[in-house]
This record gives sequence, C-alpha cells and structure tokens, in this order.
Amino acid sequence: MKAPRLELHMRVNGRAVALEIEPRELLIDVLRNRLGLTGTKKSCDVEVCGACTVLVDGKTVSSCTYLAFECEGRDVQTIEGLADGETLHPIQQAFVDHQGLQCGFCTPGMIMATKALLDENPDPSVPEIKAYMRGNICRCTGYHAIVTSIQHAARETARS
Amino acid sequence: MKPAAFGYLTPRTREEAIEVLSRYAGDAKVLAGGQSLVPLLNFRLTSFRYLVDINRIPDLDYIRSEQGYLAIGALARHRSVEQSAEAARECPLLPEALQFVGHPVIRQRGTVCGSIAHADPSAELPALLTALGGSVVLEGSSGRRVADAEEYFLGYLMTAQQPDELLVEARFPKLPNGSGFAFEELARRHGDFAIVGVACAALPDGSVRLGVCGANSVPFRPLKAETAAAQGDLQEAGRLAAADSDPDSDLHATAEYRRAMVSKLVERAVRHALERKEGNARG
Repeated sequence: MKAPRLELHMRVNGRAVALEIEPRELLIDVLRNRLGLTGTKKSCDVEVCGACTVLVDGKTVSSCTYLAFECEGRDVQTIEGLADGETLHPIQQAFVDHQGLQCGFCTPGMIMATKALLDENPDPSVPEIKAYMRGNICRCTGYHAIVTSIQHAARETARS
Repeated sequence: MKPAAFGYLTPRTREEAIEVLSRYAGDAKVLAGGQSLVPLLNFRLTSFRYLVDINRIPDLDYIRSEQGYLAIGALARHRSVEQSAEAARECPLLPEALQFVGHPVIRQRGTVCGSIAHADPSAELPALLTALGGSVVLEGSSGRRVADAEEYFLGYLMTAQQPDELLVEARFPKLPNGSGFAFEELARRHGDFAIVGVACAALPDGSVRLGVCGANSVPFRPLKAETAAAQGDLQEAGRLAAADSDPDSDLHATAEYRRAMVSKLVERAVRHALERKEGNARG
C-alpha cells in the first residue's frame, strides 16, 4: 500500500529541519541516511544494545525503534551536536582522557546516555551509573574504563 | 526500510482515537511508547494499515491515587511510575517490578498500559496486575468498561480488548499498610523478558497473593500455592505453583526447567515478602 507522505518538522542539534518522510521511516534512518548524521550507530534494531541512543527533548530514546514522525515538533540531539566547534564536550573529553572507548562503535550511544544521566543526576554513584547504563552494550567489554570516564565527566561537568 | 508501509494517524482526542479505531477495526494499531510494537514492526512480525499515535492526546499521562487503587493513564511512562511518590507509597510492588522491565532507555519511552495491552505472558506487569487483582479501563464506540486482569488476558499476546477499544487506564490495587511484597525473576540478562517471574504480596490479614509470568500462555495466580503460602508452608507453595504451571519449551529454557524455577522463585518471593511484612510490623 502507498501511504501518504508526511511533512516532518523538528530541530536537530539546534537546527530546524523540514523534510518529507514515509510514515514507516525510523528516526535512525532519517538521521543517518537523510541528514548524513552517521555518528549515531545502527546495530541491534530492537532497542537492546544502546548504540543508536539519541536525545529527544532531552530524554534518551533508541532511535532504531522510534518512528521519525514521533519527533514532529520536537528537539533531537545527536553526538554531532555535543562539541563546540573543535572543542569537545566535557563528556567526550573524559572518554578520550580515560580510555572510555576501544573500537568506538558503542561510544556515541554511551556518550548520549551519559549526557542524559548527568542532566538528571549530576553526581551519580557507581551503582547508579551502572544501573542507568544497563541498556548500552560494549562488545569490546571496556566497561570499567567507561564507568571511570563517566565519573570524570560528572566532575568536569559540575566544574564547567 | 524495515517496517511494512502504514498510514500514520495522530488523533487529538480520545473520541477521535476511538473513531479511527472503529473505522479501521482490526487494521489499526495503537502506538504509545512503541517499545514492544516497533521491534515487531522492524522484524515484520506485524503489519497493519494504520498506526494510531495517541501521544498527542491530552489527559492520558497521569498517575493518580484513587479510592483503593492507583490509576495509571495510558501515556504514563514506566520511568515516571518508577519515580512516582504515589506509586512508592500506595503500591511499592509496582516500582519494584518495574526494575525488571527492560532498561532505563526503554522505561523512559515505554508505557505501563502498553506493556499490559501487549500481553506478553513473560512480561512482568501483567503478572503483577493479575496477582493484585487489578483491572483495566477500556473505552470504545459502545462506551467505557472495566475489565478485571483475569478476564482481560486471554492468551499469548491476546486480550479481551476489542479492535475499537482503547486501553485508557490500568488500576493497581493499593497495598494496605503493613504489607510485605517481593518480585523475583530469572532472566538471561537483566532487563530481558523473564524466563520465569513471580510477584508476591503478603497482606496484613494473613493472606498471600501471587502472580506468575513465563510459565503459561497467560500470567496467572496459583491459588492453591497462595493458600499454602498463607499457612507458612513455602516449599509446598512452590510445589503447588509449579504443578499449576503449563510452560512451553523454547530456545531459552525447557518446560521442565521453567516449572522447577516457578517452584524456587515462588518460595523465594514468598519468603522475601513475609520477611518484609514482619519488618514492617516491627518497624
């Protein structure tokens, strides 16, 4: 069946975006294929791995299981929207400084989830970090360094 | 593109939603949080002509303390309920069970009512609603009705909800002061659907309520096990609950293993609930 196309209006990393989409298009495909924002990674397609995590109105969503039109009128933030020009966001810098990434595939999702965590709870304990990050999987299994990076990111964010 | 094509409808009122649901009866699907629905779409395990996105309908996002029960509106997210003071006070077994539902990102988006309407027999919330004797409120073209959990869940992903009906509210009975409660679950990884899960409430009048998921085509209350648990015979309660189970074998566990786990988890949940009840009585 041919479904009528939809006019989608949203803000992506602060920029207003308007495009015509099919109702069945997923947010991740619009970000990656239509807007060229390939920082957001596609992996499990069923919201269990966390690689595609982005923020919609400041809250984490798995963009692989979020229909693009659910974003109508909303504000989307992706990994590309964090750095200020050449200056990395404190969370990104903390991941670099404390080896919070190995192959890097899970990192954009890890960092966006960290952003939401710290916005909600600026000083999380280690158990709180682990509980919040449960939906983000690192197949290099570098969890220890990721938790350390998040702790440092919390300190840096509190300072700035 | 992963999902099969569909038309996207965005009703602004309940009446409008019910109107399109009845117009396209059986060929329209409701989207709230989408955390069960969109994975099914991605796998093309489901398809339909119209998606009815209810997220723009006002007055469905609430958690309210009512006479005897906690009312959860169709758009209340798991995470809001998990963090709600009303839920912690009136039905603490609910936030406890929610810890086992997916992970925080899923809970941020997924809804309590959506999880109930999806009726996966291994999901936590339907078992909890069944254990407590809760109900759901359905609105359709022929009006509004309340369905008890036990009449609502009919089978694997099947409920008594009619195609033109919208689940607008779930009602979780309040736990009286001095109750003990516990939720126990076995899953491959934290946040996965349960292989087996057990909800237990030990009430001040001495009765015990149980709800089991993952061991039947619907969540169920093992009534004989409840009686044994109330008499303090935990092992017997486990044995009776296992005897009342009728699980299938699948990739994750054999039927025999599931039955053995029902027995263990019932025992553990009852013990934990009774200990907490005693703690509450002393405290």
